[in-house]
Amino acid sequence: MTDEAVIQEGVPTAVQPRRRTWGVVVVWVLVLGFLALMGVGLLRSQQGPISVGARAPQFSLKTFDGQVYNTAAMPGKVVVVNFWASWCKPCEQEAADLQTAYQQYKDQGVVFLGVNYVDTEPEARAYLSRFGITYPNGPDLGTRVSQAFRIRGVPETYVVGPDGLLKSVKIGPFSSVDEIASAIEAARGQ
Amino acid sequence: MRRGLLLAAGALGVLALTMLLWAQPARAQAPTPSDDQVNVIARQLYCPVCENLPLDVCPTQACAQWRETIREKLALGWTEAQIKQYFVEQYGDRVLATPPATGLNWLVYLLPPLAFLGGAVILFRAVRSWRRPATNPPPAGTGMGSDPYVARVEEELRRRA
Repeated sequence: MTDEAVIQEGVPTAVQPRRRTWGVVVVWVLVLGFLALMGVGLLRSQQGPISVGARAPQFSLKTFDGQVYNTAAMPGKVVVVNFWASWCKPCEQEAADLQTAYQQYKDQGVVFLGVNYVDTEPEARAYLSRFGITYPNGPDLGTRVSQAFRIRGVPETYVVGPDGLLKSVKIGPFSSVDEIASAIEAARGQ
Repeated sequence: MRRGLLLAAGALGVLALTMLLWAQPARAQAPTPSDDQVNVIARQLYCPVCENLPLDVCPTQACAQWRETIREKLALGWTEAQIKQYFVEQYGDRVLATPPATGLNWLVYLLPPLAFLGGAVILFRAVRSWRRPATNPPPAGTGMGSDPYVARVEEELRRRA
């Protein structure tokens, strides 16, 4: 129905502009809502790893051996969360050092958890076997853990203190056992 | 008679053993899925490590491992849907080239056609208004008629005519 027809039929002409105004409002709300969603997504993707001092995400990890570890059930312990992959060359630099540190601290209330990021199981198992890694390791199913920690790549290591707060973040491989040990000691408050 | 039965049983045993040995290599020699078969599925997947690069052309070791996983699953008789579901369970929804139509993902499917339709409506109305002839005379009290200067000029022209 045209504007002229509306006028001829005697329908108040104010109806048309009001309808048009509502249409414009709806379109703007949709556009702004969409832009807000895009903005939130962009901000989230631009965020770096969780910051030191923040509460560390809690997660459960099913290891390659089928055991389940839940960080929520580890209060009072230092938890070392290492993200790695078998295709990651820098991960190999720190693999033996992490195992040595684990042997050193396993009876001192320190938990090591290896989170295998975007990997295939046979290659991951071969990697663990090659470096003689015995601390709990499991796949990051659905990349949930790595998304919770907002990792940017591998290797990355997060040391969580006994209070559940993040004490240190290591982007890239540790260069020595001493470096791992000092991160753990700092997390223990010693 | 008894010896004959024993010979027959022995022969059957040898035959069964031969068939068993023959069957084993036959199973091992099952055709390996070709690269093309693997890539049909690989091009529908994206590795989170190499963003915006489909799995079939991604050169990294991680992606090569994924393609081998697809090959293994195909060799085991898995369907395309089963393999894609396996990858979603292992690595999350974001590995899919086509996001599943759930939750906010619906926007991906709804917004482009809606925007297209909205644009088409606006264009249609604009074209229609351009083509519509201006039949209505300007209402009284507006335009040139109301200008006292123009009125005076017209009056002057009328007087001199």
